[in-house]
Amino acid sequence: MKVTFPHMGNLWIVLKTLFTHLGLDVVVPPPCTKRTMELGVRYAPESACLPLKVNLGNFLEARELGADTIVMAGGVGPCRIGYYAAVQHEILKDLGYEFDMVVFEPPDVHFSEVWDKIKYLNRRPWQEGVRGVILAWQKACAIDALEQQLHRLRPLEEKPGQADLIFRKALEKIDEANDRRSIKRVYKEAESELNNIHRRSINPLRIAIVGEIYTVLEPLVNLDMEKRLGRLGVEVVRGLFISRWINDNLFKGIMPLPNHHPEKTAPPYLNHFVGGHGWDSVGDAVAFSRSGCDGVIQLAPLTCMPEIVAHSVMPSVQQDTGVPIMTIYLDEQTGEAGLQTRLEAFVDMIGRQKNNSLNKGIINI
Amino acid sequence: MATVYLGIDVGSVSTNVVALDKQGEVLHSVYIRTHGQPIKALQDGLRQLISDLGKNIKVGGVGTTGSGRTLAAVLAGADVVKNEITAHAVASSYLVPEVQTVIEIGGQDSKIIILRNGVVTDFAMNTVCAAGTGSFLDQQAARLGIPIEEFGAKALNAKNAVRIAGRCAVFAESDMIHKQQQGHPLEDILAGLCEALVRNYLNNVGKGKEILAPIVFQGGVAANDGMRQAFSKNLGVDVIVPKYYGVMGAFGSALLAKEMYPKVSAFRGIDLTEREFSTGGFECSGCANHCEIVELKEGKKVLARWGDRCGKWSNAAAV
Repeated sequence: MKVTFPHMGNLWIVLKTLFTHLGLDVVVPPPCTKRTMELGVRYAPESACLPLKVNLGNFLEARELGADTIVMAGGVGPCRIGYYAAVQHEILKDLGYEFDMVVFEPPDVHFSEVWDKIKYLNRRPWQEGVRGVILAWQKACAIDALEQQLHRLRPLEEKPGQADLIFRKALEKIDEANDRRSIKRVYKEAESELNNIHRRSINPLRIAIVGEIYTVLEPLVNLDMEKRLGRLGVEVVRGLFISRWINDNLFKGIMPLPNHHPEKTAPPYLNHFVGGHGWDSVGDAVAFSRSGCDGVIQLAPLTCMPEIVAHSVMPSVQQDTGVPIMTIYLDEQTGEAGLQTRLEAFVDMIGRQKNNSLNKGIINI
Repeated sequence: MATVYLGIDVGSVSTNVVALDKQGEVLHSVYIRTHGQPIKALQDGLRQLISDLGKNIKVGGVGTTGSGRTLAAVLAGADVVKNEITAHAVASSYLVPEVQTVIEIGGQDSKIIILRNGVVTDFAMNTVCAAGTGSFLDQQAARLGIPIEEFGAKALNAKNAVRIAGRCAVFAESDMIHKQQQGHPLEDILAGLCEALVRNYLNNVGKGKEILAPIVFQGGVAANDGMRQAFSKNLGVDVIVPKYYGVMGAFGSALLAKEMYPKVSAFRGIDLTEREFSTGGFECSGCANHCEIVELKEGKKVLARWGDRCGKWSNAAAV
């Protein structure tokens, strides 16, 4: 059995660790590229949202490396991701590829449904699996902590690109690390390298990125949004991280990490769950606006229902908090030039709004 | 020697160059068609400007904007490179200080900019559809065999504007053909087209925005009296078309260059109109992204590269 899974940002490091400890042969799909997107778009229904298409591309590319089993996330609605595993399975079948598909989703009747799937995958004594879970969790935390430093550093770098290079190297080392101590060592090394970067002394704008998790975490589909903003002198903050997602959804928030509390922050704009991350998007937009962010960017795959619901209440959030919110829908047609223009205009706008009180020139745009 | 500030707007359809004096007055403006050749258009534009102003000028600063702003910035040596939204808003609020809404319709894009107390508070650009932009009007005028300059005047003569489906440029065209075949007079069809495009603009670009007067209407399409009238009729208030409506992007970026007031401009000299520039491209095979790299050369020397995701090429050629 050769197991593969879809990409979502740096999630692969976490999943690879976990599955390896279950005793599985893991095939990590090649990094998402234009080819991945093209393959997915060619075989996926046009009206499906981006995650389905890019995932499908991942599976096809993993197939070329010999993968025969897919572990995929499911769901119970209202977000369409719930039936994507089934649709992808059928498409692959039509193409003549027999994959075994193991779908993890909240159980219908009893938790044993989930347990049965784990038992099906597991090849080793259960202690080994538990060790894998812990190690995967530690890796997720280390990656996310470094990424947050990266967000803070990008706008300050004198020579753009250095911090990204250090981060990329650290990712490779974290992937290779096999125990807690080496993860810690890699983390410390990367941290001190990041601290040595020459910085400009500016006060960067802070923009929060909220929205649907896949478009937020996968740089291929958001066209390196965070890097673009960093180069425009913006510090990116976001609430969505792999470690926090695991904590909120799988560990039920037992770890002392900041969680999402849409039930506290989203009302009165949106009072209940609408599927996917729609509720979180509204809650996060409110929370970040109140905590001093200068702007909010909401990301979503085109036709994403939960985010469309969230989008529809964003104008009221913007009006009440006074913090501008821009929504960007992404799909395979999204053009770089148009995106760059919108980002630049948005950054200019909030920059000039912020400086307006200080600088009363003729042109206060 | 008079100091001037240059604003250069390289757009999809037109390339505009504006020269400002120290007081912010427009000395000269040039509007020419890009015809898909931004380098030639820019050189032609500058040449025309210089031949009218004379060579006895000192360039104090250069601003570029428009979809070709990066190219123009490298080519001309810009002190400030800004996106179209900012440039248009700057120009608009300079000419009409109390402006609250800017409607801008250009060659291939249209935008709305909301300002309050002279500050941009919101904006939107057309996303998935280009129906209602200058290119479409151009095309339809050509199809009907009337010069685009006469389009507006003809539309104003309409007695009974017909209703045309304006959501999609292709369907609008088939609807127009249908109306022609039914025998409606040309004027009524033209006026109907203007109204349809205005509806489309307000429903798509202007969706959810609080459109308050004073409203400034600018961009190449503002030359069209029919569109002007259709907007005024639909919004219930007269829209203001500023004097330099066609070159507002260039005007705005010249204002930005002036505002920046560089000690020494990065301008590459007025003889750049006579130098040989060329662009070339290649596909990088460093990874599966296969980025299309574009490079700008002067003679054999590479001035800049862009188009790569990882920065491998653009950083290497940074000047």
